[in-house]
Amino acid sequence: MNPIMTPEEESLSPSRPESKSERPAPTPPASRPAASAGTAAIGAPALTVKNLFVYFGKNAAVKNVSLDIAAKAVTAIIGPSGCGKSTFLRALNRMHDLNPDARVEGEIRLFGEDIYARRIEPVVVRRRIGMVFQKSNPFPTMSIAENVTVGLRLNGVRNKKILAERTERALRMAALWDEVKDRLHAPAISLSGGQQQRLCIARALAVEPEVLLMDEPASALDPLATAKIEELILELKKDYTIVIVTHNMQQAARASDYTAFFYLGELVEFGPTAKIFTSPKQKRTEDYVTGRFG
Amino acid sequence: METHFETELDNLKQQLLAMAGHAETAVNRAVEALMQRNRDLALKVRADDDIIDHFEIEIDEMVIHLLTKAPLASHLRLVTVAMKISQNLERIGDEAAKIAKRARDLAQEPPLNITLDLPRMAALALAMVKEALDAFVQYDSSAARAVIPRDKEMDVLHKQVQQILADHMMAHPETIARCLHWIVAAKSLERIADHAKNIAEEVVYLCEAQDIRHPAAQNQNPPPADP
Amino acid sequence: MTAPNHRWRQFKNGLMQSIACGCAILVVTPLLLIYFHLIRYGLSSLNWAFFTQLPKAVGEPGGGMANAMVGSLILLAQAVVIGVPVGVLGGIYLSEYGGTQFNWWVRFIADIINGVPSITWGIVVYGLLVVPMHGFSALAGGVVLGFMMIPLVMRTTEEVLQLVPGGYREAALALGISRWRTIVQIVVRTALKGIVTGVLVALARIAGETAPLLFTAFGNLGWAHSLKEPIDSIPVLIFNYAISPYPDWHRQAWAGALVLLLFILIINISVRFVTRDRLRKQP
Repeated sequence: MNPIMTPEEESLSPSRPESKSERPAPTPPASRPAASAGTAAIGAPALTVKNLFVYFGKNAAVKNVSLDIAAKAVTAIIGPSGCGKSTFLRALNRMHDLNPDARVEGEIRLFGEDIYARRIEPVVVRRRIGMVFQKSNPFPTMSIAENVTVGLRLNGVRNKKILAERTERALRMAALWDEVKDRLHAPAISLSGGQQQRLCIARALAVEPEVLLMDEPASALDPLATAKIEELILELKKDYTIVIVTHNMQQAARASDYTAFFYLGELVEFGPTAKIFTSPKQKRTEDYVTGRFG
Repeated sequence: METHFETELDNLKQQLLAMAGHAETAVNRAVEALMQRNRDLALKVRADDDIIDHFEIEIDEMVIHLLTKAPLASHLRLVTVAMKISQNLERIGDEAAKIAKRARDLAQEPPLNITLDLPRMAALALAMVKEALDAFVQYDSSAARAVIPRDKEMDVLHKQVQQILADHMMAHPETIARCLHWIVAAKSLERIADHAKNIAEEVVYLCEAQDIRHPAAQNQNPPPADP
Repeated sequence: MTAPNHRWRQFKNGLMQSIACGCAILVVTPLLLIYFHLIRYGLSSLNWAFFTQLPKAVGEPGGGMANAMVGSLILLAQAVVIGVPVGVLGGIYLSEYGGTQFNWWVRFIADIINGVPSITWGIVVYGLLVVPMHGFSALAGGVVLGFMMIPLVMRTTEEVLQLVPGGYREAALALGISRWRTIVQIVVRTALKGIVTGVLVALARIAGETAPLLFTAFGNLGWAHSLKEPIDSIPVLIFNYAISPYPDWHRQAWAGALVLLLFILIINISVRFVTRDRLRKQP
């Protein structure tokens, strides 16, 4: 009886390496992250932080943090509540100046310039480094257009044409223009929650900052509005450096290029987002990311 | 205190181990049927392959279900590795079924009078599978790495068997049909060792987050878009 | 699904509700009595002459309290000029630059001053202004009312500004807007209605003050021609007429009281109007 080669045995030829050839050819990897080393970024970093400490009274909320924020990329800051991520964020645009109990030590440079230097005015720093907050806060006494241009008007810009142009540009960048272009003079608080947050983003963008800081921008929003904000962030990073604090790891995984993990005021690990979420180096990071604490 | 999710991951591991047990049993029985010329045992092995196939389907479903919960870091690696290990185990089952088929066919023919040390090949292949799975359970990367070079031992044994059979076929052309059955069976055992090596590579990825497959391809630039 | 003592609890509910309702009616009753009496005794005296003529000599029928009404307005205007800027700016300081020990003392003293009897204010300003100026004056009257307004306006301004959520300040500062601009154009603008309400409420309170005016503005049967002269005002006129033995003046006192009450009523209605919710949400 002749042994008939069944189809499953056709691929017997010894030149084929292994049985893996039976599987469909894998799709080529899109773009592998350059190296597994942490802080490698393309070009000069937008913000360099060295040995940052932030004290409230005697208590150090941020301890000896050194970090480079890559330009035109999204850096996410994750960590459990009370780990110092918001405190760190606010040090980046000198918001702690308003708190008499707060003391900031260390160095933060924006494209090389020390933002805490004596001769630097905090007001100027905040025009170059904008901020969007967790709870959207459009000014209630102003219309949509007035809200967008408030940063410009209250800093002396009067030319109506310029204001109108900037309004449209900022609202387009915030993906809100189409929804509000016919009612620019309606009160800002007549918008929905997600729209208000995008209005706040437009308001921050109108001042044309170089860096945009976002403190849990989507945590008060429903999943659909959240998705819009994340999509917006991915668009904005083409032109702006973005730092986003989030307690939602999935959001960090979806929307960021680099992730920093903070715990009890210290920077535990920093690296490309893909690495942090597939194979973190530090055990504390691994434990946090897999939900064993926090 | 284990979380619900970690309990689900444990279930996944248990399923994999159960599947491995069935695959190992299938290989053992297939080789026994071959050496003992036991037609009934051979048929049983072929019928039981359905069980192993069913395990693969079930484990794949579990994996997809777990992926919707967005596991990260070591959990993510465990889930994706589990899927690959189950594929490899299913193929081992298929190879065992192929050996059983050859055993069935050979049982109906007069025996060849050569000694072939297929049991030794089988023992080596099964040892590799067992060690790879132990490394998986123990999360032991070095034990997994130790499995990989043993594939070379298997290649040596396989060549020896092929040589013996080739010589025999040339000397006794009337035995070609039966020799070919034996060649296929030996090839299946070599394949099983390959799958064990794959499992070991997946375990290394799980433990170290290092992809050690295809060393030659590791350092190359991305492949060209058009062939 | 009823509980065993269902009827008893229903009865208790009803009883408490009736008691509460009764108390509410009790609260409103004095106000209604006041209005009733004032209307009854004063309404008949309200005529055009009353609003435009000066008081006539005793014994002559007719006459009005035009000078007293104008006088009250002049005194309140001065009070506003003194009280509102100082009070609002003081309130802004306490709210926006707050937290220090100094602020704690300022608030503490402001609260004490709020409790100072109005007649004491009168004596103080008598010593401060009337004596050096050798005479009663409208200026002194305006000043004493202004001083009384300051702590009221300051405290309400501070409270209203504290109600503005911190998020607005942060958002404005994060846009690179300077501190002072943030306070004036964002925080105060948001709280503006509340501040105006505070001012109007303070105004309503001092509109009826009588005792301090007795020592400062004193009163004037005719027109005052400059702020250095004594000036009449409605509450003082009511006081003087009421304690006089002349029935005609008593009648005019009732009418004056009614006018004063109507004036305060108008202020209160204005407060409601200012604080109405003008915004309607878009669909």
